[in-house]
Amino acid sequence: MDELDKKIIRAMQDEFPLVAEPYQVLAQQIGITQEELIERLKRYKRSGQIRKMGAVLRHREVGYAANALCAWIVPESRLEEVATLMATSPSISHCYDRNTMPGWPYNVYTMIHGHSREECEAIANKIAEQNNLTEKTMLYSLKEWKKTSMRYFCE
Amino acid sequence: MLTAFDKELLNILQTELPISKRPFADLAQVLGTDETVVINRLTELKEQGYLRRIGPFFDSTKLGYAGTLIATKVTNGYMESVASAINTYPGVTHNYEREGDFNLWFTLLTPDLETQDKILADIRNLPGVENLISLKANRKYKVSVQFKLK
Repeated sequence: MDELDKKIIRAMQDEFPLVAEPYQVLAQQIGITQEELIERLKRYKRSGQIRKMGAVLRHREVGYAANALCAWIVPESRLEEVATLMATSPSISHCYDRNTMPGWPYNVYTMIHGHSREECEAIANKIAEQNNLTEKTMLYSLKEWKKTSMRYFCE
Repeated sequence: MLTAFDKELLNILQTELPISKRPFADLAQVLGTDETVVINRLTELKEQGYLRRIGPFFDSTKLGYAGTLIATKVTNGYMESVASAINTYPGVTHNYEREGDFNLWFTLLTPDLETQDKILADIRNLPGVENLISLKANRKYKVSVQFKLK
């Protein structure tokens, strides 16, 4: 990553212009040509530094009112197999395996989205049954204190 | 209310916005409409609050950042002061009060591990923080916020 990469990434975190040639507008702000910007963005996408170019919706507005962070205890020997299968569910947006801590034995975390709390429960129960898992905890949110997009290279 | 056209547009846009000179013209072609129709409708949908963000979504690890999920146990009566103090860090992107023994959960992204350690040490010392555990990800099997609109 050179300084120009960081400058581009900083600029791409601002509002995306909804105009005919948005990359032209962004390139001008950065001080490079549109061709150069497009070439670099395609490179970031190929390398996986950009995991998605597109939109994220506000889930409550589009009808997904309920979400639960579900933490699971998955036997180490089946970790990869089970987490890979969980990740295929369209109701799951995030699936990570994480280290455990003394008194906290959960090692897989899934963010489950549904239209209601009951639907989230049903999705989790189905996953538990499919994978023969007996230990899980549903961590429902009571209050959102902060939700924002990360701004990289702004420290 | 979302029309059938909106749903089709948003379903595609959640997957991919082309990196090209006329990305909205490219989308319009797929949808069988004009570039201006796509731009005008997206502008309205954005104003109405349906879109959280359009643009690139970066892989924090591949940009060299260190990330973790932290569970904290906050004493009764201290929730607001602890949550507000945690929110002041720009690398804290999500911070939720949740049911359970660990009642405040947040994510933290920092340019390096030293910064992460320092921030977590500061938070551990806040009045009202009884316990704090950092649950580092070993592997990310999925990071994809997409809602199929029917």
